[in-house]
Amino acid sequence: MTSVIAAVPPASSDASYFARAERREAWSFALLAVPGLVVIGLLLIVPVGWLFVLSFIGKDGGVSLENYARLAQPVYVITFVTTFQIAGIVTLGSILLGYPVAYLLSQLSPRAAAICMIFVILPFWTSVLVRTYAWLVLLQRRGLINSWLVSLGIINEPIPLVNNFIGTTIGMLHVLLPFMILPLYSSMKTIDTDYLKAASSCGASPMRAFWDVFFPLSRPGLFAGTVLVFILSLGFYLTPALLGGGRVSMWSMQIATNVSTYSNWGAASALGVLLLVVTIAILAALNKVFRVDKLYGGR
Amino acid sequence: MKVPVSIRGLSKKFGLFEALKDINLDIAPGEFVTLLGPSGSGKTTLLQVLAGFVTPTSGSILVAGEELLTRPPHQREIGLVFQNYALFPHMNVFENVAYPLKLRRLSRSEIETRVRGALDMVRLSQFIDRPVDKLSGGQKQRVALARAIVFEPRILLMDESLSALDKKLREQMQIELRHLHERLHTTTVFVTHDQREALTMSDRIAVINNGALIQFDTPRAIYDRPRTRFVADFVGETTFLPVELGSGGASVFGTPLRLPDHAGASTANPRESWLALRPEKLAIGPAAGPEAEVNSFSAVARETIFQGDSLLVIAGFPDGQNIAVRVVPQEANRGLVPTPGQPIHINVHRNDSILVSGDV
Repeated sequence: MTSVIAAVPPASSDASYFARAERREAWSFALLAVPGLVVIGLLLIVPVGWLFVLSFIGKDGGVSLENYARLAQPVYVITFVTTFQIAGIVTLGSILLGYPVAYLLSQLSPRAAAICMIFVILPFWTSVLVRTYAWLVLLQRRGLINSWLVSLGIINEPIPLVNNFIGTTIGMLHVLLPFMILPLYSSMKTIDTDYLKAASSCGASPMRAFWDVFFPLSRPGLFAGTVLVFILSLGFYLTPALLGGGRVSMWSMQIATNVSTYSNWGAASALGVLLLVVTIAILAALNKVFRVDKLYGGR
Repeated sequence: MKVPVSIRGLSKKFGLFEALKDINLDIAPGEFVTLLGPSGSGKTTLLQVLAGFVTPTSGSILVAGEELLTRPPHQREIGLVFQNYALFPHMNVFENVAYPLKLRRLSRSEIETRVRGALDMVRLSQFIDRPVDKLSGGQKQRVALARAIVFEPRILLMDESLSALDKKLREQMQIELRHLHERLHTTTVFVTHDQREALTMSDRIAVINNGALIQFDTPRAIYDRPRTRFVADFVGETTFLPVELGSGGASVFGTPLRLPDHAGASTANPRESWLALRPEKLAIGPAAGPEAEVNSFSAVARETIFQGDSLLVIAGFPDGQNIAVRVVPQEANRGLVPTPGQPIHINVHRNDSILVSGDV
């Protein structure tokens, strides 16, 4: 790469020289971004654009809305509702389970936090497939959990924990929990403990100080975690396919069926486009609720 | 509200480290007391104990005769101003100042009146609807102060509250805080490592070093009659000359010293003793006669440093030690400024000749 600014300008009074040097510097930065932009363009925008086009092409090859018309069929409506139900429950569950964990981590000494963090991140190093099968072993009719519950006398008969809604939710919750904890933790770490001391000196009990000061300041992390978990849930495939036992039908599974069983790319594309549109709409709505743009822009 | 605060035998250990060693301090109702000490001296720990964020190892703090240490921090009725302001970033100026009142379930109109009153007092009423991140450092400091006084706390604590401000603003805030204190008369404990700030603002100063209270006195007494070498050194620029204590009294470089009448206490039985000399108390002039009330030392001028509002003349004693003499750079003093190498006499009135012990 050639050096951006020459050691000595040709004439010190030459204003256009400095302007040119500045422009050249700006361009060289832009050039550095080109490979990344190309990858994003090729791998994201082109396929999504292609999907979008495909979704408007009917069986006869002409432009048509038939792929979208099919989405009104009861089977799709039910799938749609189920998908959002599961995504909603998994998101809510991960908030309820993840927030206290992130809070604990943020209050620990850096050393203790690093050790505990390993346990949060550890699942990331195991494949989702392995973890999902592990849940199958734990949750099945004669699995660990059912046999314990029976031997402890809490239940008389094994209860169905897998191949249904419950199993799917548990499995997804496990896989997605770190996506809630990590952004929450990083935003909680930035909350100065002096804020809580200040609240306390104003007369706030620890509980009041938490709700009035800590919680509002942790909102950016809560927002990031909620968005991540919710959107990942909407497109989840492997875990519901294995732990749902065919009784839980998610949106992603319908897309897969349309492609692999019926080779109907148009229908699959329409499903994909609808999911994308709904996801964007939800993002916008959540942004309004959490007022994150304000929180970020305010500082 | 005016309450006395009595700190009795307060100690704090972090493992083997003694952060506070048997602190005893009686603060009068409505008094402005400054805890002065270098960083790591324990002054902030003492403040944190008062605020309730650090539990002491032993001791007691009585506020108006009632034990403070058994109360949780949020029930202590103590206003706290932090060094970094600690204003709630998700609330505007009004909401920040109103927060303590909301917690006390005051009516909306009452809150409105009192918040306006507090903001008036810190001269910030026109910023009532501002988000706090749109304020300058000095304005943030005032909001923090308003939030700490709005609920009429029994005690006001300030932890290095002005040290984040630049020099001009800091000096202006010192005077303002002083005036505010004269109006409210809330018992106040102020923590700083800046001796000048402490001397400017306080009714009394508690000098703390290595977790122990060294001297608790008025600013004047701390400056003019420091008890130890550490206090003298910390509160002002000082030259220390070794003092020989003999049967005939104290002497420096073999010359008997003329001392103030109150000097008895510090010469009582110290392990070692020093003569503490401040640059502004010294004068360059002719050697004093035997009956004068002045101690006179001969030295050789080394260099002169121009500091704008004063000239610092550095002179050397025969034993190699340096001493600084401050000369006001006015026309009348022109003849007093020596050239390097010139032998001079340095005179100090006996009442400005301070004997201090060598202990910390």
